[in-house]
Amino acid sequence: MNQQLQATLASEPGLKGLEPFSHFAQHNPYLKDPAEKASRKVVASLEEAIRRAGLTNGMTISFHHAFREGDKTINNVVQVLADMGFRNLTLASSSLLNCNAPLIEHIKNGVIGKIYTSGMRGKLAEAISNGLMEHPVQIHSHGGRVKLIQSGELKIDVAFLGVSACDEFGNANGVSGKSRCGALGYAKVDAHFARKVVLLTEELVEFPNTPASISQDQVDYIVKVDQVGDPSKISVGAARVTSNPRELLIARYAADVIEHGGYFRDGFSLQTGSGASSTAATRFLEQRMRRKNIKASFALGGITGGIVDLFRKGLIGTLVDTQSFDADAAESLRESPRHIEISTNEYANPGSKAAYCDRVDVVILSALEIDLDFNVNVITGSDGVMRGASGGHCDVAAAANLSIIVAPLIRSRIPTVVKHVTTVVTPGECVGVLVTDHGIAVNPRRPEVAERLKAAGLPVFSIEELYARCQAITGEPAPIEFLDKIVGVIRYRDGSVIDVVRQVKP
Amino acid sequence: MKLRRSMLFLPGANAAMLSTAFVFKPDSIMFDLEDAVSLREKDAARLLVFHALQNPVYRDIETVVRINPLNTPFGLADLEAVVRAGVDIVRLPKTDSAADVHELEAEVERIEKACGREVGSTKLMAAIESASGVVNALSIATSSQRMIGIALAGFDYVMDMQTERGDGTELFYARCAVLHAARVAGIDAFDVVYSDVNDEEGFLKEVELIKKLGFNGKSLINPRQIELLHNAYAPTEEDVDYAHRVVAAAEKAEREGLGVVALNGKMIDAPIVNHAKRVLQKAQASGVRK
Repeated sequence: MNQQLQATLASEPGLKGLEPFSHFAQHNPYLKDPAEKASRKVVASLEEAIRRAGLTNGMTISFHHAFREGDKTINNVVQVLADMGFRNLTLASSSLLNCNAPLIEHIKNGVIGKIYTSGMRGKLAEAISNGLMEHPVQIHSHGGRVKLIQSGELKIDVAFLGVSACDEFGNANGVSGKSRCGALGYAKVDAHFARKVVLLTEELVEFPNTPASISQDQVDYIVKVDQVGDPSKISVGAARVTSNPRELLIARYAADVIEHGGYFRDGFSLQTGSGASSTAATRFLEQRMRRKNIKASFALGGITGGIVDLFRKGLIGTLVDTQSFDADAAESLRESPRHIEISTNEYANPGSKAAYCDRVDVVILSALEIDLDFNVNVITGSDGVMRGASGGHCDVAAAANLSIIVAPLIRSRIPTVVKHVTTVVTPGECVGVLVTDHGIAVNPRRPEVAERLKAAGLPVFSIEELYARCQAITGEPAPIEFLDKIVGVIRYRDGSVIDVVRQVKP
Repeated sequence: MKLRRSMLFLPGANAAMLSTAFVFKPDSIMFDLEDAVSLREKDAARLLVFHALQNPVYRDIETVVRINPLNTPFGLADLEAVVRAGVDIVRLPKTDSAADVHELEAEVERIEKACGREVGSTKLMAAIESASGVVNALSIATSSQRMIGIALAGFDYVMDMQTERGDGTELFYARCAVLHAARVAGIDAFDVVYSDVNDEEGFLKEVELIKKLGFNGKSLINPRQIELLHNAYAPTEEDVDYAHRVVAAAEKAEREGLGVVALNGKMIDAPIVNHAKRVLQKAQASGVRK
């Protein structure tokens, strides 16, 4: 049959070059061996997975940060890569946190040459701000990261994705197994776009593992490891729960602004970013929603226990979750059909065919600094050192109908309202209202919102008045001294550069 | 008619709290130089409070300072500092009799004259913390034109009575005595602090009780309690509607020169009109009850 077919294919001009059939396993040899057929993706060690993925010096590796401060994957994988002798890799983690301080060594020894991340904190951020890296770090938003991948600037060669459990084919999610991080919004993007995908899993569970946040047809290799992350450390730091009276006061004002800002109607939609006041605002929303008999159609995020609580009480119709901020959120994602998981592409990529953030009415976001033009800095601290994350800040601020920034007016002796922010992450034109413990300022671009808040009796000031209040209490801080070297490039969500961060003067 | 529902205690030596506490908008802020300040920090606290009182951020809020008793080495120095700094009210701790107030008043007057402050502009309040204080509550409350209120302080009082804080039974007589003395004197009455700041339910239960008794308000130790207290004291929407009608009827009667005010055929006398005005004042301050 084969010879005859071969001759036919050769003689017919229209069929030239087509391959004649030889046998059923010609291109899928594992089909001949039932054991290999099932387990062919599972490799014995991370080293083997790295070798088989074809990683070479200078390539780009990626990670997700859903375990936040509890992440065990990023540091471990980079250590293995260092031990294997890799050099000059580009590290593209969806974000980096305090726990990633061990990366400093790997930057020094040349394993990591470039970094793309949403943010960084702690010792790593301090070292980079002090000029540790030759190339500046590219800081992107969550939506902007997908845009950079789509545009081809960020080409992920191998994605190393830590998951609590998957099956032998690689169907994985963050809601089964022991160490559940909840939504895998970042990992879904990497699984989709990376040239090779290596799953690191704590558990291999029975096939098929559902729901498949990461699907078997996206996964190349699977390595079983002892631990990918500690979910108890997801809700520390920026995602903590507060009992601080000042943060609660700000949260209550933020709830007032939501109530009276013009979007508080049945079927409205909301997002609360990370940060204590932002998270706490949900606590004050419940009675306001009940009193006015209002239910939200959906909440987007960054889902917290507070939002889950409103959802379970029937006050929010659907939770749309790209990252779960605590165990309550992860559990709700596991058990509730109306709590859905989305990729960060669907969440906030300005290049996606439709992003959920475009449907948000009201968002509450934090700030390290905000200036008289309402530009917001969430990256550099008062000493000029990077100590934050862009996150979804500029994404949702741009897309939501009303963006509310919450921040204490003064942190210890450091003013939050300044003449010019040290670093622009979110442009002032996207910011509606600033809520501080001393009062509320409305962007002059939104006079109708100012009128509504004043009519409701809220303490509305001009931002200049809040600035003057800062000055009266703290005085004018000495300017931060920078060197010329650029250590960070702030990418706006569309890929453009909105600002740069320079090396701090030691 | 100054509204005094919430009096927030601030340890005088805590600079961070002093620099932000006004944002919580209690009706009055009480800087403490007495029990909340350790011996070694007495001078530092006095200086901090001296400066805080003169800062513009405290211009719009009633300030109270609890000084150390005059028979301690700190009492008089405290008084010198705070009267000169322009404090609204001096709070005398551990007041047992009218004589304590008279002694304080004489010193205040002397300092007012010395620094050029209008004599009589420094108001006083007394904290009643003992059995004698409770028994002498009326003479304390009526001891001076400067008195704006008396406050029951529960901790020392229950010690003196050889009992302990419980469901409120232990404070029943003292609360009633202090309250009656205040009403006879025409001044305000403040209830004890509720120290378990995480027990909102217990706090609100106590607030409900003292509100029913007739207290103007309560001393508070955590800003988180302010909003809860104000809301509990806020009138309901029906209360506000009724108060508006009462006040409108009273104004109409006055315009028409009528001696008798009537609403829906019922006669309304002066106390009812005054009560209605207080209801509207509370609604103005923190809205209707939520």
